Amino acid sequence: MDKQTVYIPRLASTKERFAPGHRACIGCGEALAVRLVCKALGDNVIIANATGCMEIVSSQLPYTSWTVPWIHTLFENTAAVASGMESGLKAMNRKGVKSLPGVKVVAMAGDGGTSDIGLQALSGALERGHNFLYVCFDNEAYMNTGIQRSSSTPYGASTTTSPAGKVSVGKFSWKKNMPAIAVAHNVPYVATASPSYFKDLFSKVKKAVAVNGPAYLHVLSVCPVGWRSAPELSVRMGRLAVQTGMFPLYEVENGKYKLSMDLPKLRPVADYLKLQGRFRHLTQDMIQEIQRRVNEEYAKLKEKAA
Amino acid sequence: MAIKVGMEVSVAMGEMVKLASADVIAAYPITPQTHIVEHLAELVADGELDAEFIAVESEHSAMSACLGSAAVGARTFTASAGQGLELMHEVLYVASAMRLPIVMAVANRALSAPLSVWGDHSDVMAVRDTGWIQMFTENGQEVVDNTLCAFRIAEHPRVLLPLMVHLDGFHLSHMIEPLLLPEQSEVDRFLPPNSYPLSLDPARPVTMGDFAPPVIYTETKWAQEVNLRASKEVILDCWKEFGDAFGRYYSPVESYHSEGARVLLLTMGSFSETAMLAVDSLRSQGVDVGLVRLRLWRPFPFDELRQAVKEAEVLIVLDRALSVGGPGGPVCSEVKAALYQVEPRPKVVSFVGGLGGRDITVSGFEEIIKRGMDIAEKGSASEFEMFGVRE
Repeated sequence: MDKQTVYIPRLASTKERFAPGHRACIGCGEALAVRLVCKALGDNVIIANATGCMEIVSSQLPYTSWTVPWIHTLFENTAAVASGMESGLKAMNRKGVKSLPGVKVVAMAGDGGTSDIGLQALSGALERGHNFLYVCFDNEAYMNTGIQRSSSTPYGASTTTSPAGKVSVGKFSWKKNMPAIAVAHNVPYVATASPSYFKDLFSKVKKAVAVNGPAYLHVLSVCPVGWRSAPELSVRMGRLAVQTGMFPLYEVENGKYKLSMDLPKLRPVADYLKLQGRFRHLTQDMIQEIQRRVNEEYAKLKEKAA
Repeated sequence: MAIKVGMEVSVAMGEMVKLASADVIAAYPITPQTHIVEHLAELVADGELDAEFIAVESEHSAMSACLGSAAVGARTFTASAGQGLELMHEVLYVASAMRLPIVMAVANRALSAPLSVWGDHSDVMAVRDTGWIQMFTENGQEVVDNTLCAFRIAEHPRVLLPLMVHLDGFHLSHMIEPLLLPEQSEVDRFLPPNSYPLSLDPARPVTMGDFAPPVIYTETKWAQEVNLRASKEVILDCWKEFGDAFGRYYSPVESYHSEGARVLLLTMGSFSETAMLAVDSLRSQGVDVGLVRLRLWRPFPFDELRQAVKEAEVLIVLDRALSVGGPGGPVCSEVKAALYQVEPRPKVVSFVGGLGGRDITVSGFEEIIKRGMDIAEKGSASEFEMFGVRE
């Protein structure tokens, strides 16, 4: 999987549903992720998008980057909007009011819109069992408002609201395990993915769409601006996140964990951390602490997938 | 032929939503709205109403689910009250500005703190500027009739706006009244299918909910203003046609013995019926008083109001909400604003009362009218008076 080039998406589909001309930053991993997810989704979808980077870069009146039906309303309510769309389509199809067979409702949000402000709405929608796919594009902070920490920001990252300082390590708590929260809802499909591994991403989107019920996809989206990394390294950064075990790729089908990549030996987390300005202040001790934690979490994950 | 029933008003409202064949109901329980949504859940559970009932995890999600449902073109209903309406607050603006025809019942309730599940109009006033069409109702029949009208008005191609039907919590929502319910065939004749013109559909992709930079935001707001004001014409047409079909006519401002009366009392909602008895009583004692009832709250019926009060010398307004630290009664301050440019105009006296479920009896209204006349004659140092308060 590691040998694949970034050009492989062209083999999947040349049709762009997240059209060029949007105003994402250079090297935006999230724009890449959205574009690739949309290639996998196909045309028979309706997308509900939370407020955030992707909404702002793609939908300034009177323009749009979306060639599929798309709605943005607020920040924290995307899963609830998707619930309403799914229910509306279901009722109308059943009653013969309208005929929109097989339309998949997809909700998209960032990590803040998912793991912080939108968590309640998402939990409700997962619990109710709506037939929809929720994709969290996780760039590990509130990038749209200027790099503020979210609960998905990793330990030690310096952000504008968790700045590293004389008496501060940066973000003092560990990254919230959002996929595990989704799994706890007993939904049929949960997976993590990365645009740096397109084939894996593609097959996971396809699986998630095919599921009859809620599916949750957590996609790591490299943000060169917020992570203070080189924009030309975004795809490599995504791979390093996976190879170091900082962001392992796995899926959980009906509660059963399965690792998507076999990593007998993790690369040192320092390989990943040192490329990012947000971790520049970390001491050796802190890096070791992160390494310990990553090893531990990865071992736990392997055990679950055994 | 209408069916005559003895029914709780909340249940009757649910029956009307069933007759309107709503596709989606998304609701979260809050007293005193619960009987409306419980009845709908029951109708869905028994297969009597073919709809999706989304038992959401909050009012914020209730209204958000309604956005999604209305945006795919489904007929959408919800109900709320008090704190629930406040929790949906930001979503309400989105519903109207994105022109999503959602119908919502609001079983009017006071706002915390202190916690009060009982009725007043604090919740109505807090959502005054959300861009929804809003109407008050006085009795169960008006709730029944206007629930039907609500779908027709909201979904009308020239309107496409969300609409709130206000009914006083407990004082109206929990009353059992003799009611006339229309038959399905009558409803079907009166209410066309929802034909939302630009719904989310993969066959005709549209982008909804773009953000607006300063160069265009003002224009979007002006368009919304023009649209909401223009909805009045459709509201009037709808009430006229409803009257022709069912024999009960409604107007934005209703009158009771107000023609030529020197003193007028203005009320809204279910308290108006008690006020009528007070007017009867005082008239029998020779007091030249009449009643004006505000039915349409948004768009505000400026012309109808001016017309209704133009011959009066004194206009006493009873608000069931308080603008704390402000002019007292929110409705009264709007009434004053509407009359300020008019010559001659009545002296306007503001009362606030009936808060948090406190009843105002017939003698209470008589007292308000007499006190109001007194203030109009002698003046008052304060902006308003709080009726019945124990200091």
